[in-house]
Amino acid sequence: MTTTTHEAEVAAAPREEGLMNLTLKIWRQNGPRDNGRLVTFKVKDISPDMSFLEMLDVLNEQLQAEGTEPIAFDSDCREGICGMCGLMISGEAHGPEKTTTCQLHMRSFKDGETITIEPWKADPFPVIKDLVVDRGSFDRIIQAGGFISANTGAAPKAEAILVPKENADRAFVAAECIGCGACVAACPNASGMLFMGAKITHLGELPQGQPERDARVVSMVNQHDAEGFGGCTNIGECSHACPKGIPQDVISTLNKDLRTALKRGR
Amino acid sequence: MKRGTTARGTTVFLKFIMATTGLVFIGYLLLHMYGNLMVFGGQEAFDNYAHHLRTFGEPMLPYGGLLWIVRIVLIASIIGHLYAALTLWNRAKGARTTKYAVKKAAAASLGSKTMRWGGVAILAFVIWHLIHFTIVKPAINAEFAANDIVASPYTMVVASFQLWWMVLLYVIAMLAVGLHLSHGIFSAQQTLGWTQSRASYVRAKAIGHAVALLIVVGFLLPPLAILFRIIGD
Ligand code: SF4
Ligand code: FES
Repeated sequence: MTTTTHEAEVAAAPREEGLMNLTLKIWRQNGPRDNGRLVTFKVKDISPDMSFLEMLDVLNEQLQAEGTEPIAFDSDCREGICGMCGLMISGEAHGPEKTTTCQLHMRSFKDGETITIEPWKADPFPVIKDLVVDRGSFDRIIQAGGFISANTGAAPKAEAILVPKENADRAFVAAECIGCGACVAACPNASGMLFMGAKITHLGELPQGQPERDARVVSMVNQHDAEGFGGCTNIGECSHACPKGIPQDVISTLNKDLRTALKRGR
Repeated sequence: MKRGTTARGTTVFLKFIMATTGLVFIGYLLLHMYGNLMVFGGQEAFDNYAHHLRTFGEPMLPYGGLLWIVRIVLIASIIGHLYAALTLWNRAKGARTTKYAVKKAAAASLGSKTMRWGGVAILAFVIWHLIHFTIVKPAINAEFAANDIVASPYTMVVASFQLWWMVLLYVIAMLAVGLHLSHGIFSAQQTLGWTQSRASYVRAKAIGHAVALLIVVGFLLPPLAILFRIIGD
């Protein structure tokens, strides 16, 4: 890995209180086949009220102004609900706070700090360019079983199938997963168990999820393994990195469901 | 959903193998520890116990029959545990071939981080331990005759643990075992799906630490008592 220095020129302006100058070491990779390397940039006068992605927008404007190719990174809602953004920030998925990268603010950093920014690194998430990765493997896991089959037609009455409060609560907690991939990025084994466990718990706690319960877990785990994710060693880095705080016990539910499916001959 | 897929051979299935074989080891360690503590009963009690292990179940079982059943179960468990561990280790390596330049470990315990290499170290220790007390029984302490060592398990143990460096070796090994168990016992419960709530998850961690501590202390009492001449003189 080589590190090159690149100084973005910024016009000197009178400095407001609390503005920050930062050194950014950013992963640049031209495409899936390129090896990738960290490149150093400087940004000046960053407001603590900016979001992390706005700070990158500022950098990209500088780069564009001087004819350097801007840094490719993903984002969509910038509200913490779509799961599109996601960066490894100085070794922590989504940075130092329990939130998404788009909802992370620069007040979490200090003036003069050096921040290393890398894409999620996991072979099932190949880098497309710079900080953008392809998380199609997650989509294929969901396609393998992360759904329920329902007849079309008029929507049934909401109270037709009652769900006990505890089940509804647990299903809701699990359903908060936004598929961002931070769990895989943070996991030393690059395992997708938290993401998968969230979906299996979400559907498994609800009556609608029961008919396909055994087939679901078997199909999803097989797809997970086929995509090349690692196995879980119950370390817990995933829940710590998860912006939605998906707890470890969803993985236990996944394990239990697979064990039940095994017992029933799958 | 896809047909023809099976739960067997998945990473989660490999973890079931890790967990169940791991629990076999825990059961064995607790029995082994109980046996070791017999050394506090003196030479006769300990030697009788060692003899009884071999005549247990006679005449339904041949001499040493129980021990051989236990050994076969343990050997099968070691093979399963190793096979699953190495396969998962290999998968994990392949799942991230480009490393991070900076990566923080925010939640990982020391035990969880040392499972793999710690496990290898424990395997090396187990091989030495078998040579030491089962297969070769070398007369390492010159103050004891080789014949006495082979004749009395009690003498064999006392002769070994009157040597400070031998005790040190076993202390280090038991700390490695304790570290491995502190994560492993919890991890097995999580893998078997016994921790589906916050409370049971916390309890599983506590059980892991408590059993690991019990095993470390229980195994270290006899060597330390012998080293400090509380027993054996
Ligand atoms: S479990 Fe959490 S970290 Fe993983 S994909 Fe879902 S929201 Fe992101
Ligand atoms: S951009 Fe949608 S969650 Fe960050």
